[in-house]
Amino acid sequence: MEEEWIPFRRRVEWSDVNPVPQDEGPNPIVPIAYKDEFVEVMDYFRAVYLADERSSRSLSLTAEAIRCNAGNYTVWHFRRLVLEALHLNLLHELDYLEHVAGDNPKNYQIWHHRRWVAGKIGADATVKELDFTRKVLSLDAKNYHAWSHRQWALQALGGWEGELDYCHHLLKKDVFNNSAWNQRYFVVTKSPFLGGLTAMRASEVCYTIEAIETNPENESPWRYLCGLYKDDTESWVTDPQVTSAIIKVLYMKANHVFALSTLLDLLCHGLKPNEALKRRTFHTNARGIEYTYDKFPFAKPTKYELPSPI
Amino acid sequence: MAESEQHSSAMPEITESQGKQWAVENDVFQIYRFFSSSSREDQDALLKLRRDNHIEYLNKGLRQLPASFCTLDANRPWLCYWIVHSLALLGESIDDADLEDNAIDFLSRCQDQNGGYGGGPGQLPHLATTYAAVNSLITIGGEKALSSINREKLYKFLLRMKVASGGFSMHDGGEVDVRACYTAISVASVLNIMDDDLVQDVGNFVLSCQTYEGGIAGEPGAEAHGGYSFCGLATLALINEVQRLDLPRFIDWLVFRQGVEGGFQGRTNKLVDGCYSFWQGGAFPLLQRLGSVVNEQLGIGTEEHTSISTEGVDSPDLSEDDPDHEGTSSQADKHFHPKGKGQTSDRSKVSLSDIGAEFLERNMDIPPLLQSAVLQDYILLCCQVPQGGLKDKPREHRDFYHTCYCLSGLSVCQHIWSKSLDSPPLPWAIRGPYSNLLEPIHPLYNVILDKYHEAHDFFSASEL
Ligand SMILES: [Zn+2]
Repeated sequence: MEEEWIPFRRRVEWSDVNPVPQDEGPNPIVPIAYKDEFVEVMDYFRAVYLADERSSRSLSLTAEAIRCNAGNYTVWHFRRLVLEALHLNLLHELDYLEHVAGDNPKNYQIWHHRRWVAGKIGADATVKELDFTRKVLSLDAKNYHAWSHRQWALQALGGWEGELDYCHHLLKKDVFNNSAWNQRYFVVTKSPFLGGLTAMRASEVCYTIEAIETNPENESPWRYLCGLYKDDTESWVTDPQVTSAIIKVLYMKANHVFALSTLLDLLCHGLKPNEALKRRTFHTNARGIEYTYDKFPFAKPTKYELPSPI
Repeated sequence: MAESEQHSSAMPEITESQGKQWAVENDVFQIYRFFSSSSREDQDALLKLRRDNHIEYLNKGLRQLPASFCTLDANRPWLCYWIVHSLALLGESIDDADLEDNAIDFLSRCQDQNGGYGGGPGQLPHLATTYAAVNSLITIGGEKALSSINREKLYKFLLRMKVASGGFSMHDGGEVDVRACYTAISVASVLNIMDDDLVQDVGNFVLSCQTYEGGIAGEPGAEAHGGYSFCGLATLALINEVQRLDLPRFIDWLVFRQGVEGGFQGRTNKLVDGCYSFWQGGAFPLLQRLGSVVNEQLGIGTEEHTSISTEGVDSPDLSEDDPDHEGTSSQADKHFHPKGKGQTSDRSKVSLSDIGAEFLERNMDIPPLLQSAVLQDYILLCCQVPQGGLKDKPREHRDFYHTCYCLSGLSVCQHIWSKSLDSPPLPWAIRGPYSNLLEPIHPLYNVILDKYHEAHDFFSASEL
């Protein structure tokens, strides 16, 4: 139930404050037809902000200003100053933020504030942050801010243990979710428990190739596959699993663009194509590679010799 | 139970990503089918840029916005830039002198006494709104607008926002990301207040955001994203460190972001969106001028790259020797196209304050790697609201942000085949009637080219 809003000028506890109107000049451009409530809240906000009054009534005033416009970073900034001055239990602030974020899942300021609060709380916030981002991602599995926050929380607070499973869970739900693939890469390369990219590569390549073969039209695992060999061109070019996956896909569709593009990348990095590969690609369909050249004309000059069709 | 499982493995369920993608494809293809089944005259009419209606929509917004814009009350310089820049792209200056004065006066009230511009009068200075305010004032142009910017204090503000990682914080205690780098560096560059202190380690920060996919993320570890990719690439170009980025990987990611709809998506497997016509599309005119760097990274000699084929494409045959630019371009050639190994050291000699101007004079070794015609079709047929304004995709609503970035992307497409931004494109480069032609932009700052030149002359006359 929403209580009736009482204007500040009729509230006793604010009677000592002189509201400060916005100084936008006589003929502002992009003028907004503010509602009376918005004007009043902001006028009182400006008053406490300019007086630098870090009090509990200022804190509740910032909440009203945020309700008017959650994108006002000046209000959030001041709220942080007030929170610090009042030494309040910041766990309540996380609850407050969860409430505000409901309507604004893509608002920079809310997420930035949340990072600040959770950082102040430290390890005690770990579970809360992972649960909260999981909740937001269950509604929008590609929310950029939520993913950034989650990555920050993992690095700053910990909680890596279940993260690879979480990625798998999301990919099982939607294997086209590139954000989940990106998170998987993040976990594989950065988790303190998994031993890094080199230790994880073999199992990740299997996982990825399976995803490619189930759904060759999905660009995400193709990019992920290439990423698994980052900084190790030698293995990228020589791993037979990679070329055999490409051949398999090209066998189904000779001009498959992701397969050809990956092949082109391998060739650029020095792959010597074997007979099977030659037969599969250049013999059956020269148009596919031409298409790839259209997209990468600068790759055409003679760094490598095109194998002649058999 | 067992049966339904069997059933689901035989007929894999459509995932959320696929479902959304197919719905959008359906909308878009319906529009294209209708278009291709129309008569020639109707097609011309459909492709027509609704210039007058866009101008009316924009002019209205400049003069009055409804209460629903309260949620953008901390973005008023942005609203100003989106509108003023859109009008300028359409060849309209703010017709009435009073309105121009009002704009300058209003933005001055957003300027903080210690430098930088906030989201509205009395708000904390913020890098993004500083970028928007500065670009607005450059677009308005003239002595009064340009001299209203307090560059000394703005420089100090930028320096205050610098953080240890080399990046920038959006505002005092604000978020650190690639947007902040771009807005800070773009402003510093165009106002001729860039120096080594500002540039220090910015490149490191941007590089740490290039992902395994090849694009650039907002911060290290995050997902490659169109908005941040443009910001990162432009930042590196502006500080002359673009050779540190893995460009082949970047390009590989970028070219695949243009989809069957004709428009661009912001991230892999996300939906097409008109605003990426600029954020992704705007990277191509930058890449065009980075041919020597790309070739160097690919290990391709500088001689060979001149033979890059544009066969089958009728590129405009414009005179190489534009008399107006002969002097500067031969100078630029010496700077940017030395043969062989001396290149890297030569490049580092370029003064930071000249990059914006010299960038325009570079040879365009790489042909446009985007499909310019179909992107124009997407913008004109799928993003235009007939009553004025442009939007993200069919079924969405117009707004000033999408109007600005759809039009910016359209301008990029129209001019991308021209050998010089100063010469008008040939008719085949323009989809729809030639009257669709928009003003060219400076691709590093996204301000109208003429206005950039005016500002460059104005600010290069005075070092800080
Ligand atoms: Zn958009």
